[in-house]
Amino acid sequence: MNEKNRDQYIMKRHYGISDQTFKLLFILPSLFILLFLIGYPFATLIRSSFYSFSVLRTATAPKFVGVKNYTFILKDAFTWGRFLFTGKFVIINVAVQFLLGVGIAYLLQKNFKGRGAILTIILMPMMLCPVVVGLFWKYMLNTDWGIVNYILQLFGLPKVEWLAKEAVSVYSVILVDTWMWTPFMILLALAAFTAIPRYLYEAAEIDRASSWFKFWNITIPLSAPVLIIALLFRLIDSLKMFDLVYTLTGGGPGSATQTLSFDLYKRAFQYFYTGEASAYGIILLMVIISLSLVFIRYLNRLAAQNSGR
Amino acid sequence: MGFLSEIKVQKLKKYYENVKAVDGIDLEIKNGELIVLLGPSGCGKTTTLRCIAGLEVPTEGNIFFDDKEVTHLTPSDRNVGMVFQFYALYPHLRVRDNITFPLRAQRVPRSQIEEKLKQVVSIFQLENLLKRKARDLPPGDQQRVALARAIVRDPKVLLLDEPLSALDEKFREEMRSELGSLQKRIGITTIYVTHDQREAMALGDVIVVMKEGEIIQKGSPEELYEHPNSVFVGHFLGTPGMNFVNGQYTNGKILIDGTDLILPIENQSLKEKLRLYQEKLLIIGIRPEYIEIQQDGNKEGTLPLKVIAIEPAGRFRLVDFLLGEKIIRSRINWSFSIREDQIIQLKFREDKICIFDRHTEEALIS
Repeated sequence: MNEKNRDQYIMKRHYGISDQTFKLLFILPSLFILLFLIGYPFATLIRSSFYSFSVLRTATAPKFVGVKNYTFILKDAFTWGRFLFTGKFVIINVAVQFLLGVGIAYLLQKNFKGRGAILTIILMPMMLCPVVVGLFWKYMLNTDWGIVNYILQLFGLPKVEWLAKEAVSVYSVILVDTWMWTPFMILLALAAFTAIPRYLYEAAEIDRASSWFKFWNITIPLSAPVLIIALLFRLIDSLKMFDLVYTLTGGGPGSATQTLSFDLYKRAFQYFYTGEASAYGIILLMVIISLSLVFIRYLNRLAAQNSGR
Repeated sequence: MGFLSEIKVQKLKKYYENVKAVDGIDLEIKNGELIVLLGPSGCGKTTTLRCIAGLEVPTEGNIFFDDKEVTHLTPSDRNVGMVFQFYALYPHLRVRDNITFPLRAQRVPRSQIEEKLKQVVSIFQLENLLKRKARDLPPGDQQRVALARAIVRDPKVLLLDEPLSALDEKFREEMRSELGSLQKRIGITTIYVTHDQREAMALGDVIVVMKEGEIIQKGSPEELYEHPNSVFVGHFLGTPGMNFVNGQYTNGKILIDGTDLILPIENQSLKEKLRLYQEKLLIIGIRPEYIEIQQDGNKEGTLPLKVIAIEPAGRFRLVDFLLGEKIIRSRINWSFSIREDQIIQLKFREDKICIFDRHTEEALIS
């Protein structure tokens, strides 16, 4: 059999399907599912954001209003309040979790007795359902009969209105979110730290570097890419914060703990301003995407540096 | 530069659970000396070095720098410079920052850092590499940077852990001689770990041959080469190593086991010494270059052996002969014409013959 014959033989065996078609056949099913689950809803979302429309009043025909929904939201003082609050919440929340996570991971680096057990326990909150976490913290933080205030009283300290006082409730939400999600930071930071080869620390030891110097000149720069990904995850998650607020405070007291997502939820599913909520959702999406882009660009730069190009 | 230091190691032991990595080592290294720890992998040479560096805590024994006990001091309290086997440069830092790392870690003033940097950069000719990232450098450059980093802060001792093993053959030889002359020039007390006996022979003032966590022999390269104290050392040093045949001594001649060949001994002093080992089971050792061809047809005192392989090796040929069931390797220059299967009359240089005890494999005469 000469070469040409053999090629033809092989072609025939494959029923004349080229590699390209073959690949496409594999991709198509998931592509359809994706289009159906994301493409269609997203298109609908964009469309309805230009209409005055409520899903509760299907009898009233949707009225095209142009960008009015957008201008209304962006001019609304209450929305800006939510923006500011969410910004404050995200910054404090992510900063606290990052510092705690990196710090604890640093302490957990060394091998000691019971490290595995401690690590497992520490990681548990992350594995729980957020609604469950919100509910049991709500009980624990109850002003009159919650265990937290009970313990405070044992030490002769006054009761704190954890969830009912405006100034405190924000920090209660941050406390619970930190309790739940710091483990995630720990996990990623720990993975990043352990990926740093030991001989670099030995070399630094020989070079008479202090632990502090080693931390800033070896640990942090070499784990930066992973730490940034972890930050990005927490940032996006915090921006979308809904479940804990919903179960812990219901956005209260007043509107003190209403994040953007919570505000969006109320407009969409309590007042059923469907058109307005659609515009709101798109604005929120833009904010998250642009913030993420900053991080991703930085990450790419790091990656480029690390590959030495 | 002011980094002279004398090192003393006493009864050093390092056990890992059941493994005895280092099992009772005594060493003394004088000021400015280059000592080579030589041995096959797993002989404990690197562990010894790491104990001296302070990266490992010894199970037993003491280490002194200039009569000051440092056994339990951290590496940074010992002031040693070290080059790791794969250099352990900080991959994310530029060459410049790698070299100044030890200085910055000690908060040396910036002007002094610049000055020291200039000095080592000119020693190692790194001017063009300063801005490159360490991870982008080829092994040879990495090695020079690692050396620069090790000596930039004038350590008391320089510790080198197989510093040339990551380089290719040709470059390794170049760097070897460069390293040797550098050490002599700055006169720093140096401990050099390697498994390559050629490196050891070329560099060491003193070579310490190790095996299974113990020192087998220490001495100058020449001493070790000409007078090995055991079969192990004789075999380990030299390219190729020493030849060994089993035999026995009776009445002025050595009978070679497994053959009817006889090696008569004429050298009086050797005869004298051998008389003590009459009828004892011996190993006779001879280096390849001390096997000579008897040309004049005089067959007295020679061994007629068959050539089984010839391998050109530069100025010499490595010629393998068959002796009983053993292969004897010799280095023979090009002036003789030799072909395979030829029988040749060979003579062992009697003043260079080494005699070992067959049970202990230790040298009786060397």
